[in-house]
Amino acid sequence: MTEIIIKNGHVFDAVTGQKGDVADVCMKDGKFVDKVSSSATVIDATGKTVMAGALDVHTHVAGPKVNLGRWFRPEDKFRLGERCSAKIDPKTKIEGGFSIPTVYKTGYEYARMGFGFLMEAAMPPLYSRHVHEEIRDTPIVDEAAMPVFGNNWFMFEYLKNGEIDNAAAYVAWMLRQTKGYGIKCVNPGGSEAWAWGLNCMTINDQVPYFDITPKEIIAGLITTNEELHLPHSVHLHSNNLGNPGNYTTTLDSLKIAEDFKPNTNLGRKTVLHHTHLQFHSYGGTGWGDFESKSKEVMDYVNKTEQISIDTGCVTLDETTTMTADGPFEYHLGALNHLKWGNVDVELETSSGVVPYIYGKNVKVCDIQWAIGLEIALFSKDPMRTMITTDHPNAGPFTRYPRIYAWLMDKQYRDDLLNSFKYATKVIDATYLAEIDREISLYELSQMTRAGPAQVLGLSGSMGGLASGMKANLAVYNINPDNMPKGLDLENAFAKSAYFFKDGVKVVENGVVVDADPVVKKTYWVDAKVPENKQVLHDINEKFLKYYSVNLGNYEVIDHYAPHQEIIEV
Amino acid sequence: MTKTIKNVICTFCGTLCDDLEVDVSDDGKRIEQVRNACAIGAEKYLHVGNPGRVVLPRMRQADGTYKDISYEEAIDFTAKTLLKAKKPLFYGWSSTNCEAIAAGNTLAEKTGGVIDNCATVCHGSSLLAIQDTGVPSCTLGEVKNRADRVIFWGCNPAHAHPRHMSRYSIFPRGFFSAKGQKGRKIICVDCRETDTAKVADVFVRIKQSYDYEVFDALRTVLRGEEIPDEVGGVPAEKIKEVIELLKSGRFVTLFFGMGLTHTLGRNHNIDNGINFIRDLNDYTKAVLIAMRGHYNVTGAGQVLGWQYGFPFACDLSRLTMARHNPGETTSVDLLVRHEVDACVVIASDLAAHFPFEATRVMSTIPTITIDPHISMSTELSDLHIPVAIVGVEVGGCCYRMDNVPIETRKCVDAPEGVLEDEELFKRISARVDEILAENGVSTAAEYLAKIEQET
Repeated sequence: MTEIIIKNGHVFDAVTGQKGDVADVCMKDGKFVDKVSSSATVIDATGKTVMAGALDVHTHVAGPKVNLGRWFRPEDKFRLGERCSAKIDPKTKIEGGFSIPTVYKTGYEYARMGFGFLMEAAMPPLYSRHVHEEIRDTPIVDEAAMPVFGNNWFMFEYLKNGEIDNAAAYVAWMLRQTKGYGIKCVNPGGSEAWAWGLNCMTINDQVPYFDITPKEIIAGLITTNEELHLPHSVHLHSNNLGNPGNYTTTLDSLKIAEDFKPNTNLGRKTVLHHTHLQFHSYGGTGWGDFESKSKEVMDYVNKTEQISIDTGCVTLDETTTMTADGPFEYHLGALNHLKWGNVDVELETSSGVVPYIYGKNVKVCDIQWAIGLEIALFSKDPMRTMITTDHPNAGPFTRYPRIYAWLMDKQYRDDLLNSFKYATKVIDATYLAEIDREISLYELSQMTRAGPAQVLGLSGSMGGLASGMKANLAVYNINPDNMPKGLDLENAFAKSAYFFKDGVKVVENGVVVDADPVVKKTYWVDAKVPENKQVLHDINEKFLKYYSVNLGNYEVIDHYAPHQEIIEV
Repeated sequence: MTKTIKNVICTFCGTLCDDLEVDVSDDGKRIEQVRNACAIGAEKYLHVGNPGRVVLPRMRQADGTYKDISYEEAIDFTAKTLLKAKKPLFYGWSSTNCEAIAAGNTLAEKTGGVIDNCATVCHGSSLLAIQDTGVPSCTLGEVKNRADRVIFWGCNPAHAHPRHMSRYSIFPRGFFSAKGQKGRKIICVDCRETDTAKVADVFVRIKQSYDYEVFDALRTVLRGEEIPDEVGGVPAEKIKEVIELLKSGRFVTLFFGMGLTHTLGRNHNIDNGINFIRDLNDYTKAVLIAMRGHYNVTGAGQVLGWQYGFPFACDLSRLTMARHNPGETTSVDLLVRHEVDACVVIASDLAAHFPFEATRVMSTIPTITIDPHISMSTELSDLHIPVAIVGVEVGGCCYRMDNVPIETRKCVDAPEGVLEDEELFKRISARVDEILAENGVSTAAEYLAKIEQET
């Protein structure tokens, strides 16, 4: 029986409504409790900030495309001054990589920043075993992964014919087979079109051969999601990513959610999560008149309660883009002429990997940087707005502290904005210079803790400090009465003073002290549906005729996820 | 009565066929029959019951003979050998499962070793090209369902991957390829008329080691420029014919093998091949897939990738960082330069495939070979530790040539007392920890320093 009490910290927690009140937080046997006995270990947090463990709602940290990135970018391990291949703490393994860190570095770095849960954002079902192997080997943090459904042949057929029961039975089967968490939809229809070298640029383009449109796919997936009462909403990466003027496609995609209502008892209030919105909020007709449309998009998001978003903030680093949006990566490769990786997956999806350098003195990159911050700053509901970098697409997750500092300190971001070579042009094309807002610690706790937990349907156990919740807790060297600024603030978030995972002290003063006692868990969703003979027949037939593996060898068996947390709905 | 196990995964080549049916005897000890496998795959299962299986570790004696010892002794010897070495080499990994590879890599990190897999003498040059230019690829099911133009370049699946053509590349009928072979045009590029060339619609016979030039000519024609009358032994008309054929296709796939990776130019050949495929994407859809040899050489690279960030040739000997510098940290180079002072050969046969000089050096340093069978490597080793056969006697994850992971199946029990690779590595790791603790040190470097001080 381990008991710990964190004394006299400034507590920020949206679940218990504490906005910096000086209070004690108690943990016992991996859970938060109201009080502990006098023999509890005392941690003094006087003059420090205390928050629940953070959750990342969208990150690419495990799986085939991540590992392809590691394979084909040895240079990512050789960056000077970024600790890219090193044994950093005495009790950890060798950590490697900057934009695509190894599994060890991923687990340790997230823990150092105070994160307890990650959502791997795109799992090609055929490769789910690979995703789970990496998740199993990632230390400390709990993880889940979302299989992609937006270009799946089964779903195309069921949704085209309006067979929602069949679609639901198929999704439930697939979540069980892959130990998946929810419905991810990447470039609906476009990734299938990419198998023929084509794409779907608007929500009304026809998918070649399958005679369905992205609009029908998105609406169908939302209907299926709510029919199954899944904990998370549909997680959408909409069409036309990364192109000037794409904000109209984004608004069209978001509007599909208007007709739906959440149908779950796990606390989620949204039906659609639009991810990395930064990449989808572009105006202009080309790179010359490229401009921010974050205000237009966020105005719509703010007034539509069924939608949650994450930002996808550009961090102005050299990074590695990777997405199940195969055609986008092809075009990006043609744009920057760096190496292009592509993997099309039979019946299911496509994907691509391309290194990308967000140059500080490239106007377009600077505008992207501004848009990412604007999205967070325009948000009127922090519970529906999450901060991400779409790791590693807009920047590595290790830059979260820097983004927090930019959002919380106007001077810090303005200094950078004004230092750009084309500062005037960037200011003209964006809203950032006009925005005075600084995100507060309480809002940050909503955006990184309570918000993502609610959107993922995990608010019963994570994202807060209420009694009975998982004892994931971070203490930062931030005194709200004497707020650090700029770089100091950034460093405070990068190296938490303490991080407890399930009530076990994992990090102290930014050093991983002992990862071994922590049990990392794999979350997945078991959705109950009536037996559906039609779907089982279709599955049998497609495996017999079109898959390259047998049905009997498709399931991810238990030993890939030794510690499972199964959410039954 | 026999019982039939279905959906068995054939752990021979990178095709990783998963539709075998294996009949085993009632007591689960003997394999009676194998269906659906190719001749090599069937033998992999049927030979297991042959007499003469090694069931105990064998230690070489001063007179060159071998003496059976217990697993405990073998584990102790291995742990001590690794700790005493400044830079042990861990080579192989391609014929075992990912669980064992992960456990073995952990042991290598503990003892400051260099981890390298068979790619180093196989598709390592492909990996170097991928590091230079990327890789547009797809799964084999995509080829089956869509491909209407298939190129085999420097590979001969008819012999090396016997069921590749029937399962994925030439004959199968898929969703958009209902006509099977009739709907596909097969192009074979080789310097010999192989059995694969015999089933091709177009056979392009090139002069040996002129692959780079021929790729260049193809790319030049694709861009509408003129080429000489003959390139690498191929008439210009033939090259133009190939380009027209490819451009008229909807889905082009290039399979390539050792004929490209180990002829003159090596990684530059692949580099040019990848860029040819990239260029083709301006006209139609095109992808390429490497014909990986061993059934889990891909997995060895995958595990190393997610643990340390590199696909092969990963040097952990500094104990504080992982290095990857092909030419320096690759096995053959390390051996011929005498840079490693102990060697562990796992699930592969170093002596049968490395250049003579590398093999000779290996035979002069303490070497432990972990393999179910007697091989050339085991006969040059100080210690041979037998293990259970993955895919026959133990399951575990393996990666197909297109990086698709498949869980292999256990069919029969291993001979009594024979350990699995994963368990063996975990026990060696545990013994290493014990020895470090006994000596009051926490790392291999401290242990070495202490030993040196004492002597």
